Amino acid sequence: MDTTAFVALLSSVLFTIGVLGVLLRRSALLIFMSVELMLNAANLAFVSFAHRWNQLDGQVIVFFVMAVAAAEVAVGLALIVTIFRTKRSTNVDELSALRG
Amino acid sequence: MELYILSPILFPLLGLLINATLGQRMSERAISGVATLAAAAAFLMSALMFGQLSGGDARLSATVAPWISAGPLQVSFGFLVDRLSIVAMLIVTGIGALIHMFSAGYMHGDPRFRRYFVYLNLFLASMLVLVMADNFLVMFMGWELVGLCSYLLIGFWFEKLKNAEAGRKAFVVNRIGDVGFVLGLLLIFATFGSFRFDDVFAQAKAQGEALAGAIGLITLLLFIGATGKSAQIPLFVWLPDAMAGPTPVSALIHAATMVTAGVYMMVRAGVLYELSPLTQQIVALVGALTALVAGSSALRQFDIKKVLAYSTVSQLGYMVAACGLGAFIAADFHLLTHAFFKAALFLAAGSVIHGMEHGLHAAHGAHVDPQDMRHMGGLARRMPVTFLVFLLGGLALAGLPPLSGFFSKDEILLEALKHNVLVFALLAASTVITALYVGRQLVLVFAGQPRSAAAAGATESNWLMTVPLIALTVGTALAGLFNFPTTHALTDWLAPVVPHGETPKFMPELAATFTALGLGGLGTALWLYRRPEGRFGEAEAALGRFLAGAWHFDAAYRAVVVKPFYVLSTICAQVLDVGLIDGAVNGVGQLFRQAGAALRSVQSGFVRSYGLMMLLGIVLAVAYFVLNAR
Repeated sequence: MDTTAFVALLSSVLFTIGVLGVLLRRSALLIFMSVELMLNAANLAFVSFAHRWNQLDGQVIVFFVMAVAAAEVAVGLALIVTIFRTKRSTNVDELSALRG
Repeated sequence: MELYILSPILFPLLGLLINATLGQRMSERAISGVATLAAAAAFLMSALMFGQLSGGDARLSATVAPWISAGPLQVSFGFLVDRLSIVAMLIVTGIGALIHMFSAGYMHGDPRFRRYFVYLNLFLASMLVLVMADNFLVMFMGWELVGLCSYLLIGFWFEKLKNAEAGRKAFVVNRIGDVGFVLGLLLIFATFGSFRFDDVFAQAKAQGEALAGAIGLITLLLFIGATGKSAQIPLFVWLPDAMAGPTPVSALIHAATMVTAGVYMMVRAGVLYELSPLTQQIVALVGALTALVAGSSALRQFDIKKVLAYSTVSQLGYMVAACGLGAFIAADFHLLTHAFFKAALFLAAGSVIHGMEHGLHAAHGAHVDPQDMRHMGGLARRMPVTFLVFLLGGLALAGLPPLSGFFSKDEILLEALKHNVLVFALLAASTVITALYVGRQLVLVFAGQPRSAAAAGATESNWLMTVPLIALTVGTALAGLFNFPTTHALTDWLAPVVPHGETPKFMPELAATFTALGLGGLGTALWLYRRPEGRFGEAEAALGRFLAGAWHFDAAYRAVVVKPFYVLSTICAQVLDVGLIDGAVNGVGQLFRQAGAALRSVQSGFVRSYGLMMLLGIVLAVAYFVLNAR
């Protein structure tokens, strides 16, 4: 099995773990981490295919993804902290109301 | 000129306007004074016009304003005073004025005194519109207006459900007749292209043979209207119930004037009736049968007014039968005399009821129905004027000479003998029956000893009531002179405007026979009721129940028309409305409610289930693109 196929397989396994984490975990923080896992699985696939086809596009996209992820972390963590302050919990199942 | 011709209508209108607008602050005396003066002024104007007509003028007519103008349909508010309408106008306004005066005494202290006189003036104006119309449509307008007044006055004491129901019954039954009348009107326009009496009658005379079929149908349909208004079989059932109204109203509307409108209409349209022998036969038979059915029903009534009501129906039957025999002048003559003696009888009955109520107050006794003849008796001594009026009115009703009823009834019987033996037999039988119920009523009310404290304490009414009574009694006694067998003044007067055959010669033997029969009937009644208490159970026996229920016409209508109608209404309300219409509406609502409830579970508010949905959606979308990649 060549490297590309192996890395693509690893990437999809990591992405699936991320998806399952988002769906199954209750803690907002862990869901957040799972989302990060999914993003990074996608990054891994980009890098691997860029390497395979000797093109820089994939690597460039990875930087974009990292930048967006960083921004998302900043906003998302701020949201979670605020929710915890009002609800004293980060359990997403308790967050069913549309008002604060 | 127009104002002059219209003045009999305008005076009552003015009276009702004054009472309706200013009456709140007027005393009873002023209100009744205004109303009575208005009626008297209308009578005076009618008398003036009568003088003018007898001075040689053939007719007075006025077209006030156009009413309907639509292509060939041209109708205007046209009024006509000719020899026929002036007779009716004099009856309506003359007797109307007397009854207004009587009412001032009778309605004294009623909380709706003012409203009563407003209605009464409105009735007078409406009745004059009816008799003065120069075309069928204006006549129909008056026809409906008097129907409205009748409804309002029958249900005048509407606090009692029974009275309100009687008013409604009169209204509904009259509408049934009106359907026929309206269809007749439409057919008149379709056939003759005009509603004006002059045009219609001239055309009918000119081409009567060619239009025989249409005219036959028209007269039959108009007659259906007359059976409603003039209370003939099969629509007479409303009139006995109409006695729920104040007694002067019964005298004016339900005896002297309004109920004769059907007869007046047929006399007016006599030209048409002359041209349709088949309709004539039907009319004569219906009238004669009504005379018998209603007359016999009067034999077993205990309400003093109900007896008179059935008697009115019976006498209207005589007039209608006369119209059917082509004896329009005899019909109008009987209309005239009947207006006098029946108004006198009703007002005397009102005076009796008034006296009984007085006695009731004075006695503080147990409550008895002041109209029930079983509680009367011995009133002749306590109310001498009323008794005399009632006696003369009753004898006139029974057709005894020399009172007015004798002459008019004799004329109708003569015509019947000449034209139709069956009708004659029926009318002759009801003549005897008339004498019987008159005698029975006289004995029960006035003879013997008082049978209740109310009767024992009854007192004679005051002058406001006795003066009109006496005036009407004079009319009752003398109205026969209008068409005395040797002079035939009324026949000569009406001959130019009313179709007429050869006047039958007075037959002394016939008159003597019926006088003897009448006396015999009275005598039989006097003998039968010499101890009236013993006969109070008579309404219980089979025949008694049959007659007391007016040959079960009411019961039959209840079973055949009213009950099925209620069942149908119930079906419509319970099954169709609640089941079908409400079911459909509620079903739609229920559908969306349940669909919403089902879909609601999707919007759980759980972030993770939303996430799952999103995933599924993405998987489906990706699968779609992958599978369609090629």
